[in-house]
Amino acid sequence: MKTILRVIGGAAVLGAAGLAAFVFVPVQRTAAVTDLPADWTAPEGAGEYVMYAGDCMACHTAEGGQPFAGGRAIHSPMGTIWSTNITPDPETGIGGYSLDEFRAAMIDGIRADRAHLYPAMPYENYRLMTEEDIRALYQYFMEDVQPVNNAVEATALSFPFNMRFGIRAWNWLALSHDAGPAVSGDTPEDRGAYLVDGAGHCAACHSPRTAFMSQDGITKADANYLTGGEVDGWHAPALRGPGSAPKVWAVEEMAAYLSTGRNAHSAANGEMGLVVRDSLQHLTDEDNLAIATYLRTMDGAPETASVAEAATTTETMLTEATDLDLGARLYLDNCSACHFVDGKGAAEIFPELANNSIVTAPQIGGLANVILHGAELPSTEHRPMKLKMQGYADRLSDEEVAALATFLRQAWGNDAPPVAAADIAPFRAQAAH
Amino acid sequence: MARQEAKKDVVIVGLGWTGAIMGIELAQEGLEIVALERGHDQDTVPNFQYPQMIDELKFGVRLKMMQKPSQQTLTVRRNESETALPYRSLGSFLPGNGVGGAGTHWNGLNWRPQAEEMRLRSYVTENWGEGIIPADMTIGDYPVTYDELEPFFARFERVAGISGTAGNIKGELREGGNPFEGWRSEEYPMPAMPSTWDGAKFAEAAKAAGYHPFPSPGGIASRAYVNEYGMQMGPCNHCGFCERYGCFQYSKSSPQTAILDRLKQYPNFTYRTESEVLRVEMAADGKTATGVTYFDEKAGEEVFQPADIVILATYQLNNVHLMLLSGIGQPYDARTGEGVTGKNYGYQMNGGVTMFFKDEHFNPFIGTGANGFCIDDFGMNNIDYGAEGFIGGAYWRSGQTNGQPIRSMPLPSGTPTWGAGWKQAVGEWYGHAMSIGAHGSCMSYATNHLDLDPTYTDRHGRPLMRMTFNWNANDIRQTQFMKSKMEPLAQSMNPDLMQSSFKKEGAQYDVRPYQTTHNTGGHIMSDTPTTGVVNRYSQAWDKHNVFALGAGNFVQNTQYNPTGLVGGLAYWTAHAIRTQYLSNPRPLV
Repeated sequence: MKTILRVIGGAAVLGAAGLAAFVFVPVQRTAAVTDLPADWTAPEGAGEYVMYAGDCMACHTAEGGQPFAGGRAIHSPMGTIWSTNITPDPETGIGGYSLDEFRAAMIDGIRADRAHLYPAMPYENYRLMTEEDIRALYQYFMEDVQPVNNAVEATALSFPFNMRFGIRAWNWLALSHDAGPAVSGDTPEDRGAYLVDGAGHCAACHSPRTAFMSQDGITKADANYLTGGEVDGWHAPALRGPGSAPKVWAVEEMAAYLSTGRNAHSAANGEMGLVVRDSLQHLTDEDNLAIATYLRTMDGAPETASVAEAATTTETMLTEATDLDLGARLYLDNCSACHFVDGKGAAEIFPELANNSIVTAPQIGGLANVILHGAELPSTEHRPMKLKMQGYADRLSDEEVAALATFLRQAWGNDAPPVAAADIAPFRAQAAH
Repeated sequence: MARQEAKKDVVIVGLGWTGAIMGIELAQEGLEIVALERGHDQDTVPNFQYPQMIDELKFGVRLKMMQKPSQQTLTVRRNESETALPYRSLGSFLPGNGVGGAGTHWNGLNWRPQAEEMRLRSYVTENWGEGIIPADMTIGDYPVTYDELEPFFARFERVAGISGTAGNIKGELREGGNPFEGWRSEEYPMPAMPSTWDGAKFAEAAKAAGYHPFPSPGGIASRAYVNEYGMQMGPCNHCGFCERYGCFQYSKSSPQTAILDRLKQYPNFTYRTESEVLRVEMAADGKTATGVTYFDEKAGEEVFQPADIVILATYQLNNVHLMLLSGIGQPYDARTGEGVTGKNYGYQMNGGVTMFFKDEHFNPFIGTGANGFCIDDFGMNNIDYGAEGFIGGAYWRSGQTNGQPIRSMPLPSGTPTWGAGWKQAVGEWYGHAMSIGAHGSCMSYATNHLDLDPTYTDRHGRPLMRMTFNWNANDIRQTQFMKSKMEPLAQSMNPDLMQSSFKKEGAQYDVRPYQTTHNTGGHIMSDTPTTGVVNRYSQAWDKHNVFALGAGNFVQNTQYNPTGLVGGLAYWTAHAIRTQYLSNPRPLV
């Protein structure tokens, strides 16, 4: 008995010591991947460019708030995380951060006080950035951004997620990859990979998540990398594999989508619209082409689009318009004026519905949202028009939206499961952005 | 005491086609600009969205996109001996309201004038002698030529997104286009729209008669289009809701589809809606304007907006009204012929033939505002004025614009307008009628003019403007000439029934039925300060920092719809301000 007690007591002491160490021993910051001279300075505009590539604006600016002053609510499965003030304000922002502290936040997810950041901050991806880009970004935030005194609401997740030290264990899984770029060449493909994997943090949405909610695929070396994910009930489509947009669209078309939110096939809605607005439209045409080139070529030969026989069948059915079921009739009455009976729409203005990833997505959120609440494209440099599709929430019932969605998901060769009225209901109250 | 806003480099009065063009062109110069729009803000979505816009009763009949007479109107009389009365119920013409102005609710018909129309007085004099010009006809030459304007016509067509088939590229005639048009530097930005059966049937008959049919040119997209500002249009679906409606699917040229979202990106450009400009304010020496005073509808107060340059970009009638109220140009006196502001008010003399075919199905619900085929064989430059006894011309068009049930139900004359007889006729004839229209010129006359009304005032206490306008024998001869040519052509198509509508000798202007919203003149361009209000750069002769745009500049109306010339003159003026005026503000002539 005594022995047992002794063993238990010993284990408890060891456990407590281990837990204390886990909680209290300072975490280690990863060193710079490149030794740059102390007096190194970034070329004019380089830091701002990295900011755009990293889309810092999107999360760290509240709706209608000062740039980078934080306070935007980011909804996670664990609760609401409030983005922080990253202006150089010494009191409420990052004005007191040294370069090492800034780098640690970017690549280790560690604050200046060595507490862990919630991984809503995509340090898993930013970890792949070059030291030059991190230095340029630090310089930009310290010198070019206006300090704003804005104390944002503290993130208060429920137990156990409010125990930030727990992220230490999570990071053992999520940060198994080395810091620094995974590619080193200067071909368009490498530049594209660098932007996609690092600053662009595309995998944060377009890779699936593991059981522990970490990104299941950070670089091309990972099996599930960019095979599709989910954001707020929307499907973030696969960026690789058969039928994926980068494989089917020409490089120029993909680049146009990135820089303007629209191309001959599709339009950027939901979160992707915001990414275009706040980030991608500010990249050079070369960089957007590089991203498109990388995505198109990464798994070998691209595909050429094939015209499905089913497309003609749908077109004929809608043109003859005899004995239509409810979904097809609703399409004719509400949608065909712009998207036409061939479902092809028109280049850059009315998205193609055949093989459209929003239409055929496993999650119905994107399609339901667009039908119910409409969509708006961001005003960009090359394409300033805030093209809007109106919503049909006031015109169509859940049953009708479901019938229409089902029709779309099976027309012109689309082959996705039907939708039930109950699947639509949750999205009726929830307007998209 | 009026509130005062911070001074701007430029104030633009009105945010329709010309206001938007001036806004974006001058914004590119980095100038601080504010545009003041009397009406509300509006955009494709939500204001024109489907299906709410497809409402004939609300927009076609109750005219919800138009200026409300209670807000702003004018008085009308036919001659000096009548007492003008307020235009209380919109009829003959329909000025628009709100951002985008008439550019949102037009049909989209977009034409350039003929070169001869730009120098009409000289053209007539050279060919037939000054003697054939009636004493009271005040036609003149524009102080700018077709050749000078050509690049600016082309620019406007590219920006607006016009579909059509060129007939004359740099002097070389092209099969399928209008062989009588002025030369073009390039093909239309978009191929012509397909025509409905009525237009095609007309084209067939016209060709057989030896005429030269060509597809109607229009600001309706025949395919997806992107203009130089990156602005976009989507291909039209021929829903037939163009005139009196905003386009719900980005297919009709408008400031919204062509310019506004790009303009709104400029941080140096702002606009305020529900801001009705009451007058232009002048410096003590009277040689320049200091800005404008407007009524801020939301705040319910008058506001002074100081600016270095004032651009009047409202509808023609409102531009002339503002000038009369503000002392820009000497008011025109019809008795003495002295003065300039309000002179040469012009309109349009139209007529047409409607044919009924028992066995034809025209599907009138398919249409666009600029649908069909045209001929210009009886245009201004094709008529022997000496032999025919009038100065003028018309282009003809056949192409249904819509099949809306309240207003677009042509029935044989004599049909009861309600009851069983009407129902029977609708059953018999709906979808079996087509028409040909002659869109004709209306010359300028000493007797047709605009001034301030001595009796009636608006809600701000300002005198209303008064229109004095009547049909003139010269233009009636023009339309009767068209009748004599059109009826035989229509007969050649073998209709079961046919009826004509052309004004007859002695016809008096009736302000009640809709005719056209092509009101022109009143602040005409001229080559001397005593003959017009603005010089060749649309610059007020007596206030060099005031520029006036729109059809008010027309010396006399052309035989065509005015938008192409309005747009061309706007780009021409913007170019002059950018290249000549900004570096050294002064009278440019």
